[in-house]
Amino acid sequence: MNFINGLAALLVFQLVGEITVRLLNVPVPGPVVGMVLLLTMLLVSRSVMESVDSAGSALLSHLSLLFVPAGVGMMVHFDRIADEWLPILVTLIVSTLVTMAVTAYVMQSMMRFMSKETIKPAVPDSKAGIKAEEE
Amino acid sequence: MGYADFSTIWVYLSTTPLLGLTVTLIAYGLGYRLYVASGYHPLLNPVATAVLMIILLLVLSGTSYDTYFEGGQFVHFLLGPATVALAIPLYQQLSKLKKIWWPLLTGLLTGVVVGALSGMLIARIMGASLQTQLSLAPKSVTAPVAMGIAEKIGGLPSLTAVLVVSTGIIGAVFGTRLLSLMRVRDDSVKGVAMGVSAHGIGTARAFQVSREMGAFSGLAMAMTAFITAIILPWMLMYF
Repeated sequence: MNFINGLAALLVFQLVGEITVRLLNVPVPGPVVGMVLLLTMLLVSRSVMESVDSAGSALLSHLSLLFVPAGVGMMVHFDRIADEWLPILVTLIVSTLVTMAVTAYVMQSMMRFMSKETIKPAVPDSKAGIKAEEE
Repeated sequence: MGYADFSTIWVYLSTTPLLGLTVTLIAYGLGYRLYVASGYHPLLNPVATAVLMIILLLVLSGTSYDTYFEGGQFVHFLLGPATVALAIPLYQQLSKLKKIWWPLLTGLLTGVVVGALSGMLIARIMGASLQTQLSLAPKSVTAPVAMGIAEKIGGLPSLTAVLVVSTGIIGAVFGTRLLSLMRVRDDSVKGVAMGVSAHGIGTARAFQVSREMGAFSGLAMAMTAFITAIILPWMLMYF
């Protein structure tokens, strides 16, 4: 029963998200708004209900499965992909890896920069500080 | 109930969602087992192997994508509640999130801009058509949002969905190796980099590494969707 209650709760948040998006006419998808609403509720209640946790964990543990039907959609675009396979392939690989590398580099540099600034007053249990010392 | 020969059984099967749904689950199950048996070899990403198996099966049996999707949509639908559920691991990482809020936001914004611009520029230099370039722009955004963005800016939503899934597979296949080559050790940084570039498929991969990496990847994926939906149409006016 836990799983069903939890799934129902997730669907309610999605539903409220979808309705909000339509009422406010914003270009953001309903489930993303639903996520923000659930996060807000968790912050207010300061705990995760067992039912929501069980349904959520089940869905997230097999998240990749959920992308399979969209991926099979590739077969509809065989012609275009056959015509432009080289630019598409190069773009996907180079751009994805560049994006990942730049993001990691910028975020890591910022963390080091900020931990250098805050490490002097020495908060002993600051994780950022400990990380910086290790490196 | 009379006797039925194989062709009438096939007619029945090809008009119910049963076959598409069953095939999706079995193909993923096989793909996942293969992945585990190979010692989690990145090239055997279960989404990639499952997609290839299903396409092969559909082409060989002469089944259309629409027919398949009647069953596949039940799995596809679960992307919605799964997206909502990302709030849970995020909530559990909140104390860490507060500490690294500014680095995270800076990395995220840079990632979103670099992702969209590099996608379009490389495609343009390589000689892709304008429609393909525009379909590539939102490739790092989670599928349902990316399709909406593509429609808005003049790309092809269904082509974008495919490019998005391919992007996710590439990120999941090469991402962890790239990040360890760069000597990124913090799971929150790895997660954000994965989520910004490879959305939900990257997030699925991140959860296999650690719950922390998954949580931050999920957060980055959601924020990338928000930010890209807002700034991409605006960026294109200057492109």
